[in-house]
Amino acid sequence: MRLLKLVPDDTNIAFLKWRNVAMAIGVGMIVASLALTFVRGLNMGVDFVGGQSTRVEFSKPVDISDVRAKADAIGIGEATVQEFGSANEVLIRTPVPKGDEDSANTAADKLRAGILKAYPDAKVGSVDTVSGKVSGELLQTGALSLVLAMVAISIYIWFRFEWQFGAGALFALFHDVSLTFGFFALTQLEFNLNIVAALLTIIGYSLNDTIVVFDRIRENLKKYRKMDMTALLDLSVNETLARTVMTSLTMIIALVALLIWGPAVIFGFTAAMLLGLFVGTYSSVYMAAPWLIWLHVKSDSFVPVDSGTGTAERVTDDGARV
Amino acid sequence: MLEFPRWKVIGITLLLIFGILLAVPSMLPNKVVTAFPSWMPSERINLGLDLAGGSHIMLEADIDDVRKQRLDSMEKTIRTVLRGERGKSENIAIGGLSRANGKLAFMVRDATKVDEARDRLNDQTMGAGLSGERDWDIEVRDSTRIIMTPTEAGTRNFIDNAMEAARDIVDRRVNALGTREPTIVRQGDDRIVVQVPGLSDPQALKDLLGQTARLEFKMVELNANPEDLANGIAPVGSEIVPYPDNPTGEPVIAVKRQVLISGDQLVDAQQQFDQQDNVPVVSIRFDAQGSNIFARTTQQNVGKPFAMLLDGKVLSAPNINEPILGGQAQISGNFTVESANALAISLRSGSLPVKLKVVEERTVKPELGQDSIDKGALAAIIATMAVLIFMIVTYGRFGVYADAALIINILLILGIMALFNATLTLPGIAGFVLTIGAAVDANVLINERIREEVKRGRRPIDAVQVGYKEASRAIFDANITNVIAAALMFWFGTGPIKGFAVVLTIGIITSVFTAVTVSRMFVAGWLRSARPSKLVI
Repeated sequence: MRLLKLVPDDTNIAFLKWRNVAMAIGVGMIVASLALTFVRGLNMGVDFVGGQSTRVEFSKPVDISDVRAKADAIGIGEATVQEFGSANEVLIRTPVPKGDEDSANTAADKLRAGILKAYPDAKVGSVDTVSGKVSGELLQTGALSLVLAMVAISIYIWFRFEWQFGAGALFALFHDVSLTFGFFALTQLEFNLNIVAALLTIIGYSLNDTIVVFDRIRENLKKYRKMDMTALLDLSVNETLARTVMTSLTMIIALVALLIWGPAVIFGFTAAMLLGLFVGTYSSVYMAAPWLIWLHVKSDSFVPVDSGTGTAERVTDDGARV
Repeated sequence: MLEFPRWKVIGITLLLIFGILLAVPSMLPNKVVTAFPSWMPSERINLGLDLAGGSHIMLEADIDDVRKQRLDSMEKTIRTVLRGERGKSENIAIGGLSRANGKLAFMVRDATKVDEARDRLNDQTMGAGLSGERDWDIEVRDSTRIIMTPTEAGTRNFIDNAMEAARDIVDRRVNALGTREPTIVRQGDDRIVVQVPGLSDPQALKDLLGQTARLEFKMVELNANPEDLANGIAPVGSEIVPYPDNPTGEPVIAVKRQVLISGDQLVDAQQQFDQQDNVPVVSIRFDAQGSNIFARTTQQNVGKPFAMLLDGKVLSAPNINEPILGGQAQISGNFTVESANALAISLRSGSLPVKLKVVEERTVKPELGQDSIDKGALAAIIATMAVLIFMIVTYGRFGVYADAALIINILLILGIMALFNATLTLPGIAGFVLTIGAAVDANVLINERIREEVKRGRRPIDAVQVGYKEASRAIFDANITNVIAAALMFWFGTGPIKGFAVVLTIGIITSVFTAVTVSRMFVAGWLRSARPSKLVI
């Protein structure tokens, strides 16, 4: 049986040749994403701004604006209504009532009762009510955990590799997280607690990829001590390319299955991870690796001082037969 | 690297069989599991509220109520302590006791007694916290004024004690509703989380928990001038309280400050129907001491009305027609059967030491949860099949080994979750599906490395050996970062996200074990028996 080879043997693409262009595009994307996030804002869910989110199922498709009018008429503030999963399901969001920011109690019951009165066939599937105080805390810990994750992982890489690698990884993570924010600002998909979990997962997996490339760079640095840094990075990226493509594909398969057949509640969550997967893969090559050239990683960084002779032999041998 | 002594093979196999057996109950319907013989494991994976359906309610102590309570009780203390006890300590006359900016202030009429007053009050304060701080600061100003300020440490101390008691009371109330397997835990300093699986309309529960249920009986002040009442001016020794159902139409009423008897002295409360007009009422029974007080007061006040107050509001104010001697009474008010029942439960369980408010509610209907499980399971099955096929197409024999490792991995994740009674949530299902995609990464790394080594001209056994050895380092480093991310998720996340982090972490550990150790065992077994001269990979 002939086996599938997605990346042909002896692939030799000069990835790093385009590093300046790629970095310019990358920085441009970061700036654009952050600008979009600040100007347009995120569609924050009740987890982070407080208020109430009610999922209602009807027996037949309903008119969104009609539901909105009826929800507004209940008099608990301006309602946001959007279709959810299918044409006869909607998500109604209402703000925290004025003067009652600390409590999450009263409005929930009014909305439930009001909707059931206007649409006797409606079924309330789920209710999330979060007070202003709790949502503030969730936002704070969410943001803190993202920053901590990025810093903690970068420090780990610094210890396992060299500081230049840690810096490169941190930049790549910043790129990935910024672009995910940009994606949510652009699509206005709801940004909630689940998305923060997705972001943390993205941070973990994006790094996964970066580390595989870094690990190969470290190995090659020991092997080919005279090689030009750009050529060495290209070699490392090409050598790990088959693995990168394979792993990304299996994860894409899993996530696409979840996106198509999985529950509607985690659509945004899955979409975020899928995006993060693409961005994270590409950023390992173009956002993390170039820093090793610019920050002048020395080829002897990983050569143990006391075993110099043994490694020198391997260098001449090209690593083919040890 | 490829040496697998017999004991190691047996050990790994036993471990796998054990893990897989643990996974079995979670995949079968409950009925089948309960019929299992006793030697079979019967622990199942817990479903989170977002999958099982149910209500999650977070309650928080009302800090304003705490402050008010502390001022109330200190005001009472000041009056009793300074009045002195006959024969033991003399009376220190005070005046102008007032509250402003959350502090209590008063004048000591005789300036020479200020120090004495201060000492007496100082004895009443308590240490709060570890810093040696007291729960109240006492300050003398202009040599006659005493100002008492509640300290933050004292407030925290109060809340801590109150929440411990409140948790028990909440527990009693929730259980009285007859709900199955509720979880009630304290969270942080001033919060309580209540989770009730299967409950899809938490209205009754919230009503029950929102009620402090401080029951007090007080005499109605009959000398109040209606005009003063409307302007909020109460006669000396009285206070004006809300009375929403007042038959006169006035929404307030004046009552004596003194509490005749309170809910602390109840032994029982039941919802019943009034014998005359058949409306719902709550009948209560006092303990021995309470019965005596109640009998004495009703004897002294026949013909006069008394007010029944719940959480500072008057429910009703009936006339005392005759002395009530048996210690039994009936609370009437504008009740429905439900609200009367809720009040009876609240009174039986005792009053909450602090007012609680709902700051977070998350409710999912059980049907919706089941729908999520079905869809999640479908996605997981499709993802697994696709990945299995993809691996075989790409790596042939080595793909089959990776697939075997993946299937074992999936069963192990389920088994370990069941063993530790971990909770599976909706994001947890997503984590599960993601793990399926990511778990083969280790095998991809290994197989790609073997391919490379074969290309470089190594003999099969060498290639496999080097492949596993070189790939293991990257696998280890890469997975550590995922564990760091998952740990932070566990730290910051609420219930469902904690569930996601748990699945992710278990998945990372089991996948490294199955992908590296178990698949290597398969490959080693094949290499030993087949002794291939050439690797197809």
